[in-house]
Amino acid sequence: MDFHTPSSFEDASKLAAEATGLTRFLAGGTDVLVQMRSGTVLPDNLIDLKHIPGAQDITRTPDGGWRIGIAVSGARLGDHAELVADWPGVVEGMELVGSTQVQGRATLVGNLCNGSPAADSVPGLVAAQASVEITGLTGVRTVPVEDIPAGPGKTTLQPGDVISGILLPPRGENGGDAYQRFTPRTEMDIAVAGCAISLRVDGDTITEARVAVGAVAPTVRLVPDAADALIGSTLDDAAIDALVVAVRAACNPIDDKRGTAEFRTDVAGVLAKRVAQIAYGRAKGEAQ
Amino acid sequence: MPKDEIKDFRLVGTRPNRPDGLDKVTGRARYGADITAPGMLWGAVLRSPHAHAKILKIDTSKAEALSGVKAVVTRADFPTGLTGEDWNLQENTMAGEKALYDGHAIAAVAATSSQIAQEAVRLIEVEYEVLPHVTDVDDAIKPDAPVIREGAADATVPEGMPPNVVKYFEFGRGDVDAGFKDADLVMERTYKTEATHQGYIEPHACLGQLGADGKGEMWVCTQGQWYIRQMCSAVLGLNAAQLRVTPSEIGGGFGGKTTIFMEPLSLALSQKAGGRPVKIVMSRSEVLRATGPTASASMDVKIGMTKDGKLTAARAEFRMQGGAFPGAPVDMALYCCLAPYKIDNVEHIGYDVLANRPKCAAYRAPGSPMGAFAVESLIDEMCRKLDLDPMDVRLKNAVREGDQASYGPTFGSIGLAEVLEATAKHPNLSAPLGPNQGRGVASGYWFNHSGETSVSLAISEDGNAQVSVGTPDIGGSRASIALMVAETLGIAYEDVRVNVVETGSLGVNEPTHGSRATFASGKAATVAARAAIKEMCRRAANEWGIDEEAVEWVEGAAQPAGPNAGEFPPMSIKEIAKNMGKTGGPISGHHESVPEGVGASFGCHVVDVEVDPETGHTKILRYLVVQDAGRAIHPSYVEGQYQGGAVQGIGWALNEEYVYGDDGRLQNPIFLDYRMPVASDLPMIDTQIVEVPNPGHPFGVRGVGETGITPPLPAIANAIQGATGVRMSHLPMTPTKVLAALKASQE
Amino acid sequence: MSKIHVTTVVNGDEVEFLADPRETLLDCLRDHLGLTGSKEGCGTGDCGACSVTVDGVLISSCLMLGVEAQGKKIETIEGMANGEELHPLQRKFIEHAALQCGFCTPGILVAAKALLEKNPDPTETEVRYWLAGNLCRCTGYDKIIRAVMDAASEMRGAA
Repeated sequence: MDFHTPSSFEDASKLAAEATGLTRFLAGGTDVLVQMRSGTVLPDNLIDLKHIPGAQDITRTPDGGWRIGIAVSGARLGDHAELVADWPGVVEGMELVGSTQVQGRATLVGNLCNGSPAADSVPGLVAAQASVEITGLTGVRTVPVEDIPAGPGKTTLQPGDVISGILLPPRGENGGDAYQRFTPRTEMDIAVAGCAISLRVDGDTITEARVAVGAVAPTVRLVPDAADALIGSTLDDAAIDALVVAVRAACNPIDDKRGTAEFRTDVAGVLAKRVAQIAYGRAKGEAQ
Repeated sequence: MPKDEIKDFRLVGTRPNRPDGLDKVTGRARYGADITAPGMLWGAVLRSPHAHAKILKIDTSKAEALSGVKAVVTRADFPTGLTGEDWNLQENTMAGEKALYDGHAIAAVAATSSQIAQEAVRLIEVEYEVLPHVTDVDDAIKPDAPVIREGAADATVPEGMPPNVVKYFEFGRGDVDAGFKDADLVMERTYKTEATHQGYIEPHACLGQLGADGKGEMWVCTQGQWYIRQMCSAVLGLNAAQLRVTPSEIGGGFGGKTTIFMEPLSLALSQKAGGRPVKIVMSRSEVLRATGPTASASMDVKIGMTKDGKLTAARAEFRMQGGAFPGAPVDMALYCCLAPYKIDNVEHIGYDVLANRPKCAAYRAPGSPMGAFAVESLIDEMCRKLDLDPMDVRLKNAVREGDQASYGPTFGSIGLAEVLEATAKHPNLSAPLGPNQGRGVASGYWFNHSGETSVSLAISEDGNAQVSVGTPDIGGSRASIALMVAETLGIAYEDVRVNVVETGSLGVNEPTHGSRATFASGKAATVAARAAIKEMCRRAANEWGIDEEAVEWVEGAAQPAGPNAGEFPPMSIKEIAKNMGKTGGPISGHHESVPEGVGASFGCHVVDVEVDPETGHTKILRYLVVQDAGRAIHPSYVEGQYQGGAVQGIGWALNEEYVYGDDGRLQNPIFLDYRMPVASDLPMIDTQIVEVPNPGHPFGVRGVGETGITPPLPAIANAIQGATGVRMSHLPMTPTKVLAALKASQE
Repeated sequence: MSKIHVTTVVNGDEVEFLADPRETLLDCLRDHLGLTGSKEGCGTGDCGACSVTVDGVLISSCLMLGVEAQGKKIETIEGMANGEELHPLQRKFIEHAALQCGFCTPGILVAAKALLEKNPDPTETEVRYWLAGNLCRCTGYDKIIRAVMDAASEMRGAA
């Protein structure tokens, strides 16, 4: 196996495109190393992206949004007070990935590119309408996060594509987001179901909403019907009931060692209800 | 020691720092994988991806051709003609004609680096003919189930039994049908428990060396170095005394390190590689796929109870699979399940069934947790039905000294009633419960064990004591043995060094299993210390010119036994030791026996849970362990055993299980999916040590290690019924299962 | 497969080793540097027995490649005591009987030290969640939590 440490995303893209055999990018490494250890993925080339300028940075964009470097760990996201104030749901999703030790290494981009339908940080990014900047052979482009996963373990990224940054939109006034997942244990577990909601209120009324669910379909899924159930409501019982129905209708999970399809669907609805209440409280500026 | 004798000890019952503490908090303690040797090679093992398959051909040529590979072994390199358990061990070490489970070893490689060894394993080509498989116990006992091994049944199995039944048990007394007629309520239920793993954090590791002359050495993490020696010798056809086995520090065992897995492979590879030492360290997935988890069980229990809570009869019929080899602890489960109860009419039936899973090993009170889950769940349900207090019913039917146990023998001194009385008085039993919260209680039992024991003790030149024991220290036994020896010799705790020694240093010892180390090695060490005392008294008597019977040992010194014996100042152990070269040579003591007087241990647990009605998630709010220790030599480590056992039981009850797919492969061979409790899942684990001294031990010790894993399974099921009204009869009680049961109950 | 020369600082000492790029930092600590106090319990970042800090950040050394250690500052269990003087956590673990087999202990001590440097006055719940990635199978965690809380208390008093 050859180990590369390019100093620009363009070089990384070129390296990946020209390499023969199996190639993997290394950011936090918390998935790649596990795959290497188990022998399921034995790369011929490993391209370490951590040394590329900007990879470790969290910066405010000119429009008031955020650009998060591809090698920023979960621990650093959690320590960034301003980012947490803007997008608590995005950060709490990432912070649920693995242990304190894993948090010291794991990254948003890694969690996204691993392609797991149960990736804890992805529903929050999708609900937040985040996008990724991709450096490819033909230049740089920006793509919504929800367009990256293609199925379990698969992404829509093409050979030579390397994600070079994550972009979060400006939070704006009266917005709030939240993420919860269900796991049998309190920690150290893979989501059996997850739900993230980002919304905005005007007074008590929800004016904008995005709802994303995880671990209940081959990819993390945006659920427009669930958002519609919330928009225009004051998160009354009828709206919550409609939200739960819409979320459950969007679920298409599998039975596996982590839970039955029926259980995942039921719990996704329960989580949607709980998450909506937290996001709503945050949007209204209530302490959460 | 009489039951009512309360003795003040100088050291026993105190909580000094453990002797191996410093090494273990600084990273210096050397475990199985921490040793290297000159010229060392790294071993790796190829394992079957199939649950059941004929091995048609193994081609190792590409692996052998890889640069750096020094040896490759397959079953063809092992001696033939073994029978009985020796054959089972050999077959489990490396597959012969068939792969019997996902993870079964097929070939092994030794190479100059771990990476090369792994690469070589991937180059071995195996042709399999995949066979139908079976992993579930209820499927495996069907008459038309895939046959794991023809002719494996022993003489206990009656004609006409299904082909995978290899042992059959039937015992009881009284007239159960008459007993059921005398009952006001008779209930019968079926329960299932899934296989779990001991989950020790240290994967198996060994460093083995074997020459062409049949002389070998091994460094290995094990609970029993003599077992390793005997089993490796049997499997490889070696002379046992020519193999010297040194136990490393051991990173947990819980029964799972009382047998062999890849140890013979390191020796076979070493011999083939010209005697170079070979280190093999298992990965976690190898540990989960291919070491020895517990059996899984399917159990029918029928109990009769009068309306005032008297048990009139009980019938237990248990089916267990313990993998592709005989040895599921169905007999132990049957012996233990009704042990806390005085019942005149009992019937026990058991089936040991083969399935395509790894060979089960011991796990903390093997069998007892499954049996307790069934019996203690049903008794609780019956108490609820009859509106009886479950503590009252347990006390009313509790066995006491002199009662005949459900499985036959008569109990000597036991402390069940004392445990139940202490439990009933504990404040946890009256803590208020909120909505969706429930409380469960359950009892548990383990016989405890003695076994072959050999200990030697020597007085050093400066009057300290060194003790050589053969039972590896897993949970603080160096501390407890040092306390007992220091107490006996009348010297300071710090002046005793307890060494866990290799097989060349002592007679045969059984492993640290069966909760025996503090009982058996402790008793033998005490006897050895008394022998040394006798010798020191003799030296003093010679010096004083008086009869040795006229000398007694008081507070670490010889002194005349009374005014008639003579007027001499006490002669301290230091003085005697300093002069021993001139007074007759080294002073030592030793003891070899199977110590008698094992004391059984009963426990009772109380758990409060809260169940989330929307997700089925169970949270442990409060947990109490009350158990009879006989006497707690080092109370902190007794508490530690109680707490650790309880938490393993909590894991078994709620989330841990072996999940096999339709393809017969283990679906969850990593800690992410084999869900052992993590720190944030738990509250503090409250403990209360009850001390009903065991008259069979010089300090009253009973074993304490195992009973504690037994009650959590039913106690949590009982608490969940309290919280939800739903009775869970199939472990683990995952959120998925609890929510499904809640929904079913509302339909 | 050529090996890569790595220079790094471990417990204050500059060290060098040649790493196969497939080797983890844990492999390199144990097999090249003889620092066997960090343990491998799982190899997948699920047990915490290999916990070390890299540039002050708590990580699982099984989830980092040895070659990534170039130019970093690594602290392991072997560097926790100051000569003969144990860290308060080490002392409290012995006093509270917070270890049985001791295999998980180095990782838990390293993780707990990182916690107390970040949060000198953690609640029981905070300790439990911070240490959720450190599996212990012997103790049921009770005495570990008590030892960490007691060490934190002592360290606050001493400060």
